[in-house]
Amino acid sequence: MTQPETAVIAAVDTAPRPPRKQNFATKFGQAFSMFRNGKSIAGLCILGFFVLVAIFGDLLAPYGPLDKDFTALRQGPSATHWLGTTHMGEDVLSQLIYGTRGVLVVGFAAGIIATLIAVIIGVTAGYIGGWKSEGLSAVTNVFLVIPALPLMIIVASQYENPSLLLIAGVLALTGWAWGSRVLRAQTMSLRNRDFVQAARANGEPLYRIIAVEMLPNLIAIIASSFVGTVTAAVLGLTTLAFIGVIPITNLNWGTILFWAQQNGAFPDFWWWYVPAGLCIALLGMALSLINFGIDEYVNPRLRSAGERAREMRKKGIKVSSSVTAVRTAPPSGSDPGSGGASAPKHASPAADADAVTPVTPPAPASPDDTTAR
Amino acid sequence: MTTLEFKDVTKRYRIRGTGDFLALDKVNFTLTSGKTIALVGQSGSGKSTIAKILTQLERATSGEVLLDGVAIPRRGRALRKYRQQVRMVFQDPFASLNPYHTIRHHIERPLLLDKVVPKDQVEDEVFRLLERVRLEPNDVIDRRPHELSGGQRQRVAIARALASRPSLLIADEPVSMLDVSIRLGVLNLLADLQRENNLGVLYITHDLATARHFSDEIMVLNHGVVVERGNADDVILNPQNAYTRQLRDASPNPDKHFAAPGTTSPRS
Repeated sequence: MTQPETAVIAAVDTAPRPPRKQNFATKFGQAFSMFRNGKSIAGLCILGFFVLVAIFGDLLAPYGPLDKDFTALRQGPSATHWLGTTHMGEDVLSQLIYGTRGVLVVGFAAGIIATLIAVIIGVTAGYIGGWKSEGLSAVTNVFLVIPALPLMIIVASQYENPSLLLIAGVLALTGWAWGSRVLRAQTMSLRNRDFVQAARANGEPLYRIIAVEMLPNLIAIIASSFVGTVTAAVLGLTTLAFIGVIPITNLNWGTILFWAQQNGAFPDFWWWYVPAGLCIALLGMALSLINFGIDEYVNPRLRSAGERAREMRKKGIKVSSSVTAVRTAPPSGSDPGSGGASAPKHASPAADADAVTPVTPPAPASPDDTTAR
Repeated sequence: MTTLEFKDVTKRYRIRGTGDFLALDKVNFTLTSGKTIALVGQSGSGKSTIAKILTQLERATSGEVLLDGVAIPRRGRALRKYRQQVRMVFQDPFASLNPYHTIRHHIERPLLLDKVVPKDQVEDEVFRLLERVRLEPNDVIDRRPHELSGGQRQRVAIARALASRPSLLIADEPVSMLDVSIRLGVLNLLADLQRENNLGVLYITHDLATARHFSDEIMVLNHGVVVERGNADDVILNPQNAYTRQLRDASPNPDKHFAAPGTTSPRS
């Protein structure tokens, strides 16, 4: 038995080998592959739009945010003021554009801080186990039930003019606990998985087990918790601004709503409050879309199932009626391997033999040489 | 020639509330390179605990595990050196490979960790290992585990276990999660590799038939106690212990259950 095998190996050895090293671009692409689906791309486009507006606000805004045009008070949309003016004659569009920066800076700063805390506490608590884990979990639970808004009102009222970073810090402090809980749970389940055990048995150092073996499998959860925190921070900031806790010098969408409400804009002066509300909703939607996209990505098997579903739809097979099809063509009797080794193929019962049989691999030389797909 | 010795190894699991659970009770055996010992017993009999102690995922409560007469070091470089000698193939190839990483990563890591070959030859060594487990390196090297079949994955897991050039291999039910049709292929591969590398194999299994066929010696474990051990054929054909007899009779035997010889058993 050994003789022919060595011959096979020698033959294989001489076969040309394609370039093996992955280049930087593919690695970079892989890191962001969770965003490579319709929902995520749509969300990222909207988010990208807002980011551009925030960066280039000074160039885009037709007026200064607090420039007063006393010839046009509470004017509806017009050629000079695209989104109308406030009771002081300020341009609403310019306020929206300038306000974007505050919203995004606070949102992302809070998201980054909260995610860092969540990853450090959550993954640690999940990996170490025992009373230390329980202790960290208890701390997380305490932060989970701290009511965010009242705390923020108290903190914000302590300062004459709280900086954006301080606001972001408070939002992060009240917002990390949920992500931490999810990460702890997922880490606990990962810790006992065989591939982590295998890495331990191989003698991988602890930091590599966490950073290289476990973290990549948590990336989707981390990303989705980040996006969720950003959403919560954006809503928190606008709420705070709307109820007037954050001083007016801190211009953001919430401030616009605050002034609109203070000056009786509802319901007649719609151009004052509708755009700001829409912007909040649109940003929230963008972030949610990104989250949905990540959800779809989370499980690589789900991902390929999605791809398969797309393929099936192209072939005109209804995906929703998913029944594991049984091969309609009888297997060739002389081939014991192909029956068990061929992957079960999902298709609708309506699918005719034509749709199923072509994927059945030809009788392989060695029974288990067929791939799962 | 490497010898691994289990001396009165006892493992007790602390379970909160319900007291201790005795998983292993003074187990003794010796595994030498070139030999295969099959470890059989029902679920919960302590088979996997032995594997965990051998790979040092768990520590024995008492007793000693000696590799060539030296106790397993507790930590550091010495422990790594021990681990380089004793490697394990896990039961479930769907779980034992990290879904995020490519096959290359899985086989490269032990090579880099134990500095088996100089850095610039790691690539070639990965190819060589994949070829040794009868996989086509160019095909699989940059794939991720979910793109491979169960049999292919288990072959990758075997290649990973062999990467550090161990002298002892623990195979914890290496084929129980695989399709019946490909089990024999993987087992034959293991047997070939064992012969080629003069490996000592601890083959943990439920399956008495393969245990008899692939091993020199069979050890029967029941509730953490070795109830019978001996030459593979003797244990199966002439079991001395009642539990072993039970185990043997529990495995499907077409001749016994079906009057007419030649009738296929329902499980085949």
